[in-house]
Amino acid sequence: MATALNRKDFVSDQEVRWCPGCGDYAILAAVQKTMPEFGIAPENTVFISGIGCSSRFPYYMNTYGFHTIHGRAPAFATGLKISRPDLDVWVVTGDGDGLSIGGNHLIHVLRRNVDLKILLFNNKIYGLTKGQYSPTSEVGKVTKSTPMGSVDFPFNPITVALGTHATFVARTIDVEQKHLGEMLKRAHAHRGASFVEILQNCNIFNDGAFNDVSDKALKADHQLILEHGKPLIFGKNRDMGIRMNGMRPEAVQLGAGVTESDLVVHDETNLSLAFMLGNFEPPLPTPVGVFYAVSRPTYDGAVNKQLEDAKAKQGAGDLKTLLGKGDTWTVTS
Amino acid sequence: MAVPPEVAGQAAESHGSAAPKPHLQRDHVVIRFAGDSGDGMQLTGMQFTAESALAGNDIATLPDFPAEIRAPQGTLAGVSGFQLNFSSSEIFTAGDEPNVLVAMNPAALQANIEDVPPNAVIIVDREAFTDSNVKRAGYKTNPLTDHSLDKFQVIEVDVTKLTSLAVHGMGLNNRAVFRCRNMFVLGMLSWLYQRPIESTLTYLESRFKKTPEILEANVKVLKAGFNYGETTEMFASSYEVPAARIAPGLYRNITGNSATALGFVAAAVKSGRPLFLGSYPITPASDILHELAGFKNFPVYTFQAEDEISGVCAAIGASFGGAIAITTTSGPGMNLKAEAVGLAVKVELPMVITDIQRAGPSTGMPTKPEQADLLQSMYGRHGESPIPIIAASTPADCFDCAYEAVRIAVKYMTPVILLTDGQLANGAEPWLLPDADKLPEIKVEFATNPEGFLPYNRDPETLSRPWAVPGTKGLEHRVGGLSSENLTGNVSYSPANNELMVRTRARKIAGISREIPPTQVFGDADGDLVVLGWGSTYGPIREAVKHVRAKGKKVSHVHLRYLNPLPHDLEETLKRFKQVMIPEMNMGQLVKMIRADYLIPAFGFNKIQGRPFKVSEIENRINRALEG
Repeated sequence: MATALNRKDFVSDQEVRWCPGCGDYAILAAVQKTMPEFGIAPENTVFISGIGCSSRFPYYMNTYGFHTIHGRAPAFATGLKISRPDLDVWVVTGDGDGLSIGGNHLIHVLRRNVDLKILLFNNKIYGLTKGQYSPTSEVGKVTKSTPMGSVDFPFNPITVALGTHATFVARTIDVEQKHLGEMLKRAHAHRGASFVEILQNCNIFNDGAFNDVSDKALKADHQLILEHGKPLIFGKNRDMGIRMNGMRPEAVQLGAGVTESDLVVHDETNLSLAFMLGNFEPPLPTPVGVFYAVSRPTYDGAVNKQLEDAKAKQGAGDLKTLLGKGDTWTVTS
Repeated sequence: MAVPPEVAGQAAESHGSAAPKPHLQRDHVVIRFAGDSGDGMQLTGMQFTAESALAGNDIATLPDFPAEIRAPQGTLAGVSGFQLNFSSSEIFTAGDEPNVLVAMNPAALQANIEDVPPNAVIIVDREAFTDSNVKRAGYKTNPLTDHSLDKFQVIEVDVTKLTSLAVHGMGLNNRAVFRCRNMFVLGMLSWLYQRPIESTLTYLESRFKKTPEILEANVKVLKAGFNYGETTEMFASSYEVPAARIAPGLYRNITGNSATALGFVAAAVKSGRPLFLGSYPITPASDILHELAGFKNFPVYTFQAEDEISGVCAAIGASFGGAIAITTTSGPGMNLKAEAVGLAVKVELPMVITDIQRAGPSTGMPTKPEQADLLQSMYGRHGESPIPIIAASTPADCFDCAYEAVRIAVKYMTPVILLTDGQLANGAEPWLLPDADKLPEIKVEFATNPEGFLPYNRDPETLSRPWAVPGTKGLEHRVGGLSSENLTGNVSYSPANNELMVRTRARKIAGISREIPPTQVFGDADGDLVVLGWGSTYGPIREAVKHVRAKGKKVSHVHLRYLNPLPHDLEETLKRFKQVMIPEMNMGQLVKMIRADYLIPAFGFNKIQGRPFKVSEIENRINRALEG
C-alpha cells in the first residue's frame, strides 16, 4: 500500500491561491510530500479547517476535506473522529482561528486527547482580514487596528497546549522542510491529539516575524533543536548549551570548565521541563522539536470502547424492546 | 373541564364490594401537587400519573418547577408544582384549574391559590403552617384559621407527624423521615382516587435498591397514606375515574423529551446508521442527552461538548462521516448554533437541530414554555438559508416529529429544525406504541460510484445532492462554506452561479411541500372561523374548539406540523373561513408568516407568560371574534 502512494495522490486539481511567497506553500509541499509515507489512502484521510489563510489548506489536498467556520474545526473533527475512528483526521488552523475565536475548542480537544493531528500555522498576524494583530502578536505591535501599538498580552501556543496536558506538543518552522517533515511524522505516529505549532512567515503583513530562527545566517544561534535524551546544545559551532542555574535555565558557552554533562538533557515525558522550554524567550534560543509526548487513552477510543462494552453487556439495541420498556398497559376495544 | 369533584361528569353512586366507604364516579379530575422544590412533588406527580395511566385513564400533565434547584425552603421562589388531568374520556390538556390542590406548605398554597376555583378541595400539611412559614410565604395571618379559605373544602392532614409515626422505631433521622412525606400524600391520593399503588412499589424498589432502609421507609409511608385515606373520617368517600375509551393497543406513559429521544433512536435504527448527538446541557433540553446517553448499544454516540457551538459542529462533522446527526438545545443555544447551521445549509449535510423552546428573551424563565423561536428558526441565520421546520403538538407527537425530521433531513440532505417546548418536554401523556416494523422507511444510500461523481450533482426529483462519505475510494472531495460552483463544488465567486445555488437550495426546501399530507381540518371544511395553531397549543385549542362547536358555532381547528415549507393546500384551506385566528405563546410569529405568504387578514391571540393557554382563554377569544 505504502509503495503505491506518491505525492501526486495527495495533490488536488485546485489552483493554490495563497500570496506568492507565503509560508503556507512550504507547509503544503511538506505535507503532500510526507503523506504517502504514512501508507494511508487519500480516501481514508480527512483535512478539516476553520477560517483564515491557513484554512484554505483542505482545498489543495486530494483527500476528503471540510473548510468549516471560524475557530470550530476541532469540534467538527471531534464529531467525525468519534463516529468514524477508522479515518485519519487532520486539523489545519492558524493563530487567529485556533487561539482567538476558536481558543475554547482547541483547549478542549487537546485535554480530551481526541486522536487528531492539529497543525497550527502561527504567523502572529491576521492575514486574510488584511493585517490586524493576532493573539500571538507581541505587545507594542503596530498594525491597522493598533496604530499606537498593541496592548494585548500574547498567547504562547506551546504553553497553552501544555496547559491542557496535551499528549503531544511540538514546534517547527515552515522553511525547515526536513524538520517539518520529521515533526509531521512524529505527530502522525502519536495516538491522541498531536499539536504542532508551525512558525509561518506572512510576507505581506508580518514579513520576517521569525527571521531569527528561519534566516540562514541567524538561525543556528537562535534555534534550539530538541532531541529526546540529548543535551540542549545550539549555536553555529554547537558550542552553546542550556544549563540550570538553581531553578532558572541559562545559556552557557561550552568549554572553560563547562561540559556537556552540565547541560540539561531533554526528556519529552517531563511536563515541567516542557513548560520551561515552552517559556524560553530571547536571549534564550527558540526551541523547536517535540516538547512533550506521552501516551494516554484517546477520547474517541474510550467513547467507542464504552459503545462496545454496552453492546457486549446488553446486546445490540433492539428497537421493539426499547419502545416498549417501562410500564405498559393494553387498551382493548 | 375544571369542575369540582362534587359536580364533575356524571357523578353516580357505585358500590365497590371491597371498600366499606362508597366510591363515587367522576368523569375527570385535575390534581395539582405543590410544595418546596425539595418536597418531591415532581416525583409524586409522575407516580400518580403512572398509576392513573395503568388504570386506563387518558392523562395529560403539566409540570411547573422553578429554575432554582433548591430555593430557600418555604419561599414562593421555591414552589414546585405538578398538575395532572386524568379522565375517563379523551382529554387534550392538563386542565385549566385544579379540582384538588395539594399544598405541602404555606408558600405552595400562596403560589397556587389564585388558580383554584371555589369548592375545590385543598389538602394541606397542617404542621407546615407554622408562624414562620406563614410569614415567609407572605401571609399576614394563618390562612388555615383566618377564614380566607372558607370558599374551598380544606382538608388538614398532619402529614409530617403521620409520616414519622409510620416509620417509628426504624431509627431514621429527621431529614430522612421528612423526605418520605411525599409518599404519604401519594398513598392518600391513591386511595382517594382508587389508584393501584403496585407500579409505585415497583418504582421504589428499583429507585432504592441500594438503600433497603430508605426503601422500607418509603413503602411503609406510602401504605400508611393509603390506609389513612381509608380509615380517616375526613374523606367520606373515595372516587373512581373509570378507564377512558381510547384507541385500542399497547400504551405507555411518555414525556415529550423521552419521545423525542426515542424518535431519533428509531430513525437511526431504521436508517441503519449510528446516531450521533452533539449537545451542551441546557434546560429544558438536557433530558434528551441523559436519555440518549443510556442507549449506547444501538449504537448511539452522545458527545457532551464544551459549548453549544461545539455541540452542533461535532454533529455536522459526524454527518459528514455518515452518521444520523442531531443536536439539542433551547433558545439561547439556537443563537449560538446559528452560524454552524448556516454552514450545514450551504454544504447540504443532513442534521436535526431540536429547540426545546423556553420563555425568553435572554435567560428568561428557563423552566417555562414559550413559542417565540419560530421566526428565529425561519430567519435566524445570515444569508439566504432556508431550513425545513417541524413542530410537535403533544408529548407523544414528539416521537413522530423527531422521526420525520430525520427522514426529511436524510432524504433532502438538509438540516431540519424540530421545535418543541418546555411544556411538551416535561409533560406526559399515554402513548400508543408504534409498531417498529411499520415505521416509514428511512433510506440512506451513500454514493459509491466514482464514475461521473460530482458532489453537487442533484437528484432530479428531490434536488438533494449525493451523500459521499470519507472512506469511499474515488469520491474524495472538499466541501466548505465558500460559495461553490454548481455540480463540482469548487470554490466559485461567479455572480450567476451564486444566484443559481441560492435559488436551487431554496427550491429544494420548498419542494418538500410535495410530500406534506393534505391539511386535516377538525370540524367543517368551511365556516365562520378557523383556529390555526402549531406546537403545544394543540391541546387548549382543540378543547376550546370542541366546546364552541358543541354550542353550534361554525368553528374549526387546523394544527400545523410542517412550518417550513407550509402545506401546499393551507392557503385554500384557510380561505374557506371568514376569520383566521392564530393563538401563539409569543407576540405573533406564525401570524406574520401567514399574512405575508397568503395576504390573509389573520389575527393573533398571544400569551407570553411562560404558561400554556387555558381552554377558557381561547374559548372566550373565539366567542369575542364571532361576536365581531
